[in-house]
Amino acid sequence: MADLNPISWWKRFLALPNDSSTKTFLVAFIVASVSAVAVAVTAISLKPLQEENIAREREQRMADMLASVPGLADILGDAEADSLQTRIVDLASGTFDDSIDAGTFDVAAAAADPARSVALPAEEDIAGIGRKPTHAPVHLLRRDGELKLLVIPGWAAGYSSTIRAYVALEADLNTIAAVSVYEQADTPGLGSRIAEPAWLSLWAGKQVADDTGTIRIQVARGPAANEFEVDGITGATRSTTGVANIVRFWLGPLGFGPFIDNLREGKV
Amino acid sequence: MANANLRTLLTPIVDGNPITLQILGICSALAVTTSLSTALTMSIALTTVAVAASLVVSLIRHHVPTSIRLIVQLTIIASMVIVVDQILKAYAYELSQRLSIFVGLIITNCVVLARAEGFAMRNPPLPSALDALGNGLGYSLILMIVGTIREFFGAGTLFGHAMVTTVDAGGWFQPLGLMLLAPSAFFIIAMLIWALRTWKPEQVEEAEFRLRTGNRGR
Repeated sequence: MADLNPISWWKRFLALPNDSSTKTFLVAFIVASVSAVAVAVTAISLKPLQEENIAREREQRMADMLASVPGLADILGDAEADSLQTRIVDLASGTFDDSIDAGTFDVAAAAADPARSVALPAEEDIAGIGRKPTHAPVHLLRRDGELKLLVIPGWAAGYSSTIRAYVALEADLNTIAAVSVYEQADTPGLGSRIAEPAWLSLWAGKQVADDTGTIRIQVARGPAANEFEVDGITGATRSTTGVANIVRFWLGPLGFGPFIDNLREGKV
Repeated sequence: MANANLRTLLTPIVDGNPITLQILGICSALAVTTSLSTALTMSIALTTVAVAASLVVSLIRHHVPTSIRLIVQLTIIASMVIVVDQILKAYAYELSQRLSIFVGLIITNCVVLARAEGFAMRNPPLPSALDALGNGLGYSLILMIVGTIREFFGAGTLFGHAMVTTVDAGGWFQPLGLMLLAPSAFFIIAMLIWALRTWKPEQVEEAEFRLRTGNRGR
């Protein structure tokens, strides 16, 4: 009768010469399995904590940005004001789509999902992002039923990373209230300066489009010359252009442009 | 015996330092030393991985077939690195963002693999763990020195606390932007190696070839 005792099996396995094929296979298999279990257990058990961290980071950036807009703290502190409301927008039609739960919608995941995004032709893809989601969230701040602030998320290719930012527009939907970069990994000390408050604060008060509706906002080479330009950062041209591309693309016709038009005309 | 263990632990810190003598782990030493907090986190992560990996490799050393020993070691190291990376993302999210891919790249860090292959495969668990700890500390020492120099001269801060007032903040200190870029770490590490080998001439390597003197090419 065959020996079924696992301990004697284990002993026989250990006693095998190291260079036998059986032992080679078994050692490889055991090491791989134990490692796989260790990695899987850690990754899954820590997942909730990590997601919490990412969500907290995003909320913190949003809160910081709102706090940086002049006069907004008063509105937020005002008991009469509604709090910040998040809704999902169908980018193509520019209307709200309330069938999607804004609380759990992840726009970055949607942009990577072929079923929920569309490829951008290279000549229209000024942000260098390849695909755009069909739906994206907007954050609206109203007081007495009147829109005070519109915050949209956007992203674009920077120098060596994807830059993700929030853009806040004032009630006229053409004046930038604030820009906040909440994720980037460009060169530390050069490109990474786009995330610093000192540079981001230069965006406040700039105009996006001129009277004809053409989007003109851009980063200047050197000091800004008019209300459509923001000072550049020496040595960080592509990173700063990336931020400008976020504003230009996401407020443009392929981004939230149709929605903003509808909002301005009171259609939504 | 205790003396031998102590020597195993202390030798790699100065006399056999992984960065300055063995010239290993340079890539990560360049990348994470722009500030002290990232350098410290990287040091702790690498030392932890090195000790744990050496311990496990040493425990199973009699049963690892020669033909697959490197891949077995790498699998063990890689899993530990992923575990450490996940823990950092869960408990030190901001730091892990700043370290970006470099924690993951501990897998390819020669310091860890060199200790597993060069020491742990032939020695019992305790000396192996001590040897890895010593090498980890040696690596950490250099990272902290380079990190201090780069953060102080590059940003005027240490661990993110302002040490001197920079020009931007109305003071007199003009930060040296070069210090925040990778080349400065090369210069600092090279000067450390130079200083160390002047102090301990036995670390100087034999010249592999001599520069030709004379009038060739004239």
